[in-house]
Amino acid sequence: MAQSIEQTRDGDALVLRPRGRWVIADAQALDARLAEVRPGAVRRVRIDLAGIEAMDTTGAWLLFRLKRSLEARGAAVSVDHVGAELAPLFAQIEKHPVEPIKRTHRGFGLIVLLAHIGFRTVEFLRLTRALLGFFGEVAITFVRTGAKPRRLRFTPMVAQMQRAGVSAVGIVGLLSFLVGIVMTYIGAQQLKPYGAAIFTVNLLAVGFLRELGGLLAAIIIAGRSGSAFTAEIGAMIVNEEVDAMRTLGLDPIEVLVVPRILGLILTLPFLTFWADFTGLAGGAVICRISLDIPLTTFLAQLHSAVSLWSVFLGIIKAPFFAACIALIGCNEGLLVTRSAESVGRRTTQSVVQAIFLVIVLDALFSIFFNAIGI
Amino acid sequence: MRSESDAAAAVVRVRGVATRAGGRILLRNAGFDLRSGEVLGVVGASGSGKSVLLRTIVGLTPAAAGTVAIFGEELGQPGRGDLRRFGKKWGVLFQDGALFSSLTVAENIMVPLREQLDLSPALMHEIAALKIALVGLPPDTAAKMPAALSGGMRKRAGLARALALDPKLLFLDEPTAGLDPIAATDFDSLVRDLKESLGLTVFMVTHDLDSLTAVCDRIAVIVDQHLVIGTLAELLRNPDPWIQQYFSGPRGRAARIAEAATG
Repeated sequence: MAQSIEQTRDGDALVLRPRGRWVIADAQALDARLAEVRPGAVRRVRIDLAGIEAMDTTGAWLLFRLKRSLEARGAAVSVDHVGAELAPLFAQIEKHPVEPIKRTHRGFGLIVLLAHIGFRTVEFLRLTRALLGFFGEVAITFVRTGAKPRRLRFTPMVAQMQRAGVSAVGIVGLLSFLVGIVMTYIGAQQLKPYGAAIFTVNLLAVGFLRELGGLLAAIIIAGRSGSAFTAEIGAMIVNEEVDAMRTLGLDPIEVLVVPRILGLILTLPFLTFWADFTGLAGGAVICRISLDIPLTTFLAQLHSAVSLWSVFLGIIKAPFFAACIALIGCNEGLLVTRSAESVGRRTTQSVVQAIFLVIVLDALFSIFFNAIGI
Repeated sequence: MRSESDAAAAVVRVRGVATRAGGRILLRNAGFDLRSGEVLGVVGASGSGKSVLLRTIVGLTPAAAGTVAIFGEELGQPGRGDLRRFGKKWGVLFQDGALFSSLTVAENIMVPLREQLDLSPALMHEIAALKIALVGLPPDTAAKMPAALSGGMRKRAGLARALALDPKLLFLDEPTAGLDPIAATDFDSLVRDLKESLGLTVFMVTHDLDSLTAVCDRIAVIVDQHLVIGTLAELLRNPDPWIQQYFSGPRGRAARIAEAATG
């Protein structure tokens, strides 16, 4: 055995002789050894350290703890053969009183559930208020920037357009091309038995131009750029860069938020148009290959199915989606506290909220368009 | 205890090491032995590569040339198993504490205990409380998140985590920077006492002249991409103008006067 504690009697005194290596690697075994010490009702205890081979802070602490618990029982404890080397270690431990860590209890099921629901509700309301406040703040900054156009940061805005827009062209185009293919297959399957396969083009055209193109582009951008906005601004907060900006007299909303919102508002309509185009292209390819509808017929049918107005109705929504995504992304970024975990949590929140609000907004647009009869 | 470690053995052996950062050579042909139970202080101008040298020795940054051996084992490109083994033998304190921000201070200290040893939760909590007390943090720090701590407290919590496994070798990156003078003195005495009792070997990057005089056995100075090592007395006789200015400036003089006064 690497360590032990020998108990003997010397008259009315109990003598404890710890032996071996009292180091952290054996702490669990030592703890068990110490639990075996049964002092009974002795008045005097002598701890003899002559048999110690090695001791570190943990070992010293365990011995010190034993000494303290014996003293609490009213025994007089003396420590012998401490040695010149161990003396400073014991001095350090005696100098710094150790207080046990209070371990938190989680409580019982139902109460925890209720508390959780309450907490989340309050959190939701607070977040809504924060978002509204942020919206107001941004609106004011916009007006101020509008009054002094020189304060608009043009270069960062163009950089954002490049990163959020131009770099997304590939993924937006590919995904809507594939969705166009899927929609054409499904539409043809349903319409062919009625001999109305040509109307697949109508379905595709109305579906893509009015709804799908815009939604697809917005959702991809929410996942791609909304999250990037949160993570970028969040990392700047962790690094105290945003605080540094404030002390330099720069308004973070003007410097960080406005260029991102404007950049996205200007790019998302183009991406929507691009998604419309590639989606229809995907449909046209499938029409040609599996429905035997040549491109000229496809285009003629397209022309009769939709007007330029439909394209416009789809694209008019894009700037609103963009503002929504950028606003949420930046707001969540600025809500980051100085920890890595909060960057991750806020980024998730940003994407979830942005996609949610984009779809809610889209539904509201549908109701609105329907009400005014378009 | 000190008797078990051979006094002559080199805990850290650095041979012909060159470091580089951003394509610029910081240090050429550095070689030294860190002996068991020795405290080495590393000083140098800002940007002279003190921290890079520390990172190179613990294997976080690959050396541009040369070899580093720790406890007689060469640390080339450490693999996963090597890191696990070395993690048990050394403690590293980073400049800003580098606490895991999603864990409380107590949980941070328990990370190495949980990963490297097989201890009961009760005992781990006890050891965490001990380390928190040793580095002089108030007991209620245990349940706090790192984001709620001041810079000096984060540093001490980082030290508590570095000391969690009672390592024989400690790497400290500017341990007293940002501490108030009282806390810095406490820190010096803690390092000195642990060195006395545990035979701790310490590699310490520092600008604190009080720490240098109070706890360091030898001092390594990085000047003009070279490492000059010696005791304080030897360095004071070194004719290099930077070293002279460093130790003989008003701050250096004050620290030496304080040292002389205490004997």
